[in-house]
This record gives sequence, structure tokens and C-alpha cells, in this order.
Amino acid sequence: MELAFYIAGAVAVIATFLMLTRVNVVHALLYLIVSLLAVAVVFYTLGAPFVAALEVIVYAGAIMVLFVFVVMMLNLGEHGVELEKQWLTPGIWTGPALLAGILIIEVFYLVRGGTAGLATGAVEPKEVGIALFGPYLIGVELASMLLLAGLVGAYHLGFRKVEKPEIQYGRYTAERRAAASGNPVLAGTDQLARTP
Amino acid sequence: MSLEVMLNAAGLAFVVAGARWHQADGQVVFLFILAMAAAEVAVGLALVRQIYERFRSLDADALSEMRG
Repeated sequence: MELAFYIAGAVAVIATFLMLTRVNVVHALLYLIVSLLAVAVVFYTLGAPFVAALEVIVYAGAIMVLFVFVVMMLNLGEHGVELEKQWLTPGIWTGPALLAGILIIEVFYLVRGGTAGLATGAVEPKEVGIALFGPYLIGVELASMLLLAGLVGAYHLGFRKVEKPEIQYGRYTAERRAAASGNPVLAGTDQLARTP
Repeated sequence: MSLEVMLNAAGLAFVVAGARWHQADGQVVFLFILAMAAAEVAVGLALVRQIYERFRSLDADALSEMRG
């Protein structure tokens, strides 16, 4: 139990340090994901399984996917393709994969041991929920308003002025399909015949 | 990204304190930090995208439009 905590903590520290010293953004992101997973294992060993699950789902799942998506989106075009080929060479992902492998083995041993690993004063999800919607209800409301503000702000900042009107194809589906001689795929595009 | 690491460290401290005194409050505060980080990331990445569209660069030194 103690050992699992220290191993996960060491993995988290190493992954975070490697993330901070990377020059390339995608490499840093890979190490950051491993770091978040390691912190989730630390939470589990500390007796906070609910928060550990949330860390994996929300942080490593949602927020990191958003990061990777934006980073990849900013490198459009052929230059971006070359860069991505260069980024994902085998030498790059072995480091994060090694650290993640340590974590997987550790989680396997912890889960195989059942809930015995959570013996020392685990805080159940039920208690967290009762506290969340009891004395902290106003905080929950404030968090929801903050999330709404974040949503509106992100939408406003991400809005791009449409320069030319969007071309609409396939408004009259039956006509388009007849013109494309029955091919539904070509009927939805701007070309009616398949060009070699 | 470094901001994420710092927020995580703060959350870890809260959860450790909650585990030390067997209270659920630490995990509650971590949930708040999680929500705050999600909102902040959404706005921050939208800003980054806007800066890239406008300046074709993410170099902070290129953003010298203000006169001061």
C-alpha cells in the first residue's frame, strides 16, 4: 500500500519534470497525461476513489483531449503533416508508455487486492456527495455559473466571422440523386460524376 | 499546461489534507478546482486560437500591438 503510493508519486514527479523540460508541445502533452494518471493513482491509494475516477475522466480524458485537439489544429496544412510525422516517431512515445506501464501494473495489483487497499480512512463517494449538496451547495451553484461563463466566453472567442456564404449542396435530395445517377455519395458533393 | 500542473498540485494538497483528517471537504474542494480548471482551459484555448488566427504565431513577443 505504502509502496504503491510512493511508486505512483515518483512516477508523477518524474513525468511532470520531463513534461516541463520538453521543447515540443506534443511530447510535453504526452508526459502531462501520464502525470495526471499518476496523480489519479495517488488519490486512489490515499483513499479517495471518487476523485481518482474524476481525475481520469475529466482531466486526462476531457481537458487533455481539448489540449491535443487545439495543438494539432494550430498546425494545419502540409507543414503540419510533416511535423506530426516527426512528432510521433517511436522514440518519442516510449518514455510516456514506460511510465504508464508502471502505473497499469500498479493499478492491476491494487484492484486485485480488492477494497483492502482503501482500508485506512477511505472517504466514500456518498460522503462527498452529501457534503457537496449540503453545506457546499452555494459553491456548486457558483461552479455551475463559472462553467456557463466559460462556455459563453469560449464560444465568443472562438467565433469566426463568415467571409463568404456557405455553399449548400443537396438541398433537393431527390433531384440531386437523380442527377448523380443514383449515387448517394456523389449527390451530397459538388461533383455529379466521379472524376478519376 | 504548467497552470494545469499547478492546479493539480493544489488539488492534491487538498485531497491529502482531507484524507489526513478523514473529511470529505478536501474532495469537495478538489471538485471545485476541477470545474475551475475546465472553464479556464476552455477560455484559454479559445484565446490561443484567436491569437494564432490574428498573428500567425504563438510567440508572446509578437503580440506588441499596444503602445506603452
